[in-house]
Amino acid sequence: MASSTIAPTPTSFILNKKDLGFSAFSAPSLFSIPKCRRTVSKKICSVMAPQQSERRPSTTGSVKTAMTMTEKILARASEKTQLSPGENVWVNVDILMTHDVCGPGSIGIFKKEFGENAKVWDREKIVIIPDHYIFTSDERANRNVDILRDFCMEQNIKYFYDIKDLGNFKANPDYKGVCHIALAQEGHCRPGEVLLGTDSHTCTAGAFGQFATGIGNTDAGFVLGAGKLLLKVPPTLRFVMDGEMPSYLLAKDLILQIIGEISVSGATYKSMEFVGTTVESLTMEERMTLCNMVVEAGGKNGVVPPDSTTYKYLEDKTSLPYEPVYSDEQARFLSEYRFDVSKMEPLVAKPHSPDNRALARECKDVKIDRVYIGSCTGGKTEDFMAAAKVFLASGKKVKVPTFLVPATQKVWMDVYGLEVPGSGGKTCSQIFEEAGCDTPASPSCGACLGGPKDTYARMNEPMVCVSTTNRNFPGRMGHKEGQIYLASPYTAAASALTGYVTDPREFLL
Amino acid sequence: MAASLCRSPNPTFTPSITRSSLPTAPRFLKFPNVSPSPAHPIKLRPLTAQSSRSTESFATPRATATPSSSSPSPTAATSFHGLCYVVGDNIDTDQIIPAEYLTLVPSKPAEYEKLGSYALVGLPSSYTTRFVEPNETKTKYSIVIGGYNFGCGSSREHAPVALGAAGVAAVVAESYARIFFRNSVATGEVYPLESEGRICEECKTGDTVTIELAESLLINHTTGKEYKLKPIGDAGPVIEAGGIFAYARATGMIPSN
Repeated sequence: MASSTIAPTPTSFILNKKDLGFSAFSAPSLFSIPKCRRTVSKKICSVMAPQQSERRPSTTGSVKTAMTMTEKILARASEKTQLSPGENVWVNVDILMTHDVCGPGSIGIFKKEFGENAKVWDREKIVIIPDHYIFTSDERANRNVDILRDFCMEQNIKYFYDIKDLGNFKANPDYKGVCHIALAQEGHCRPGEVLLGTDSHTCTAGAFGQFATGIGNTDAGFVLGAGKLLLKVPPTLRFVMDGEMPSYLLAKDLILQIIGEISVSGATYKSMEFVGTTVESLTMEERMTLCNMVVEAGGKNGVVPPDSTTYKYLEDKTSLPYEPVYSDEQARFLSEYRFDVSKMEPLVAKPHSPDNRALARECKDVKIDRVYIGSCTGGKTEDFMAAAKVFLASGKKVKVPTFLVPATQKVWMDVYGLEVPGSGGKTCSQIFEEAGCDTPASPSCGACLGGPKDTYARMNEPMVCVSTTNRNFPGRMGHKEGQIYLASPYTAAASALTGYVTDPREFLL
Repeated sequence: MAASLCRSPNPTFTPSITRSSLPTAPRFLKFPNVSPSPAHPIKLRPLTAQSSRSTESFATPRATATPSSSSPSPTAATSFHGLCYVVGDNIDTDQIIPAEYLTLVPSKPAEYEKLGSYALVGLPSSYTTRFVEPNETKTKYSIVIGGYNFGCGSSREHAPVALGAAGVAAVVAESYARIFFRNSVATGEVYPLESEGRICEECKTGDTVTIELAESLLINHTTGKEYKLKPIGDAGPVIEAGGIFAYARATGMIPSN
């Protein structure tokens, strides 16, 4: 019916048009003309839209083009009613996050460009989280945390998660650990908002239905002073994941599947939206894993539509009001990928690229030297619970050194405090100890990105490692000739038990 | 031949003035063309390597045209001439500047220089030619040629900074990772130029090349071949000015200080 009024069109996104009568934005009708013009490349769609016969009265005052979640968030943040991919807009930033590696440089640029005595645009919207190079004797690394502290004191920054006593992280109640996990745990991730951070894995927060992306020092220096940034609106790729998730899979397998499908540059300049019944069934931490690695496909941001799982997680974490947005049913997606998760198998990314996908069982002859469980990708509470579940199911000891680095202080406490279901009251830490793992280390980014030479679990020799982290580039974890197999916590734990890359079904079925 | 060009006091060539305190002469030349509409000389401070705020040293960022006092058209189109260093696809920022050197803060001049000495040190040992010789802070290769997805991975701005600090004027790759491209423009450290085809398979490390920015052309003098580049577009003036802050000041978007 609607389609009968629409001329033949080369684009598929306007097929099956149904007017939903829904938009987060309402605009006076006189704005509709420039709006239509803006979408001139899709001219048939825009010209014909007002002629729909079944338009409900409530929507006739507001002719609009359907938008994706990402477009809606950026529209609101740029105080516009309508946005299309490719537009450059000044976006008001809700939260700017920086850490010890890029904070000092960003602060240096802020001071140089805005003046020694300049004040930041909003002391309550800046979150500073030392997390990269903390437990090291590297003097410059320690100095960089001092620079952050001085700046936060000077500017009276509200959220600074400081660490002073490097000998015992527990003596630092403010210290959190890995920034992306701390942001979520401390309630800085809120649906509908814009979060920028000087770290490429800032995209993790897209799990909350937030626009979150990584920026450089110079852009961060600008945001520190101005509170806004010029951003290009990305087109959206949509990933529909349906089907019941098998018990031996984790979100890490899903994102490795996607990156393997579209390659490490398949989403460059694009937004990745994750929907479907499988995604709806994921916990917040699993959704964070999914969004965390969109940058490994080149993505600008990743988003998951907020739902009751999101709201429940946020209940005791933030009292600030937030406004979730959702993609319109007719929103335009650059392309759509569909996956039947129930048929998927545990995966790894072989050296030296996150898109070098293989089935874990195909790599069963790869002998490994160590296993690393940690980072913003694979160092959350549920990641350790998953690893513990495998160790518990096997009842065996690990055959290679197994390093555990909880992402944050909260995760560390969970590892030592939470009971693993079905274990008869044991905690993760007890199970890890019985399995012969190394004692869980102080929370930080650890050896995920190598870091200073004395970093715990850094690969200082050319070894083979199965890791729950996000990148397996040459030299990423230290040694240039080291080989990193990216995997889920299930697969990592199973591999630790055999000394070879191992499909977790060997222990979980 | 190229090397002799670099050193010949040819009056039509203006050696670039790099950041004022650089100890080593740059290894590439810039050729300011005469522009029909010379803009005002842009006097800027670089974003990264200038310690003294008060001196009138208007040192230009590396990849800019040369606003020397005698130059009539400092914003004119630019050429880069020098040796190229060729890498492959998916050169990530961990290879450009490994994480162990990220304790160096780019906005501190001494550490900026040091970052340059580690540029591309993370390349695997299959790269037998070093980009920066041991105990040197500068590279002899002023142009880096790569494949697709150059600069993927970490958002570390240290990556374009390390290349710029080492003396790189431009990177020519098939495509870029988003954040690296943006950081290159925001800092004005290097021109991230896109090639039309796979130049990285046709050029060899050590070839002498010229990039004609206005014509979006790369000439390999060693092989005698020419390659079309994609126009740098609106990002060009920002890089030429020395980054977003310098550009915003030069164009009146933000007040000069």
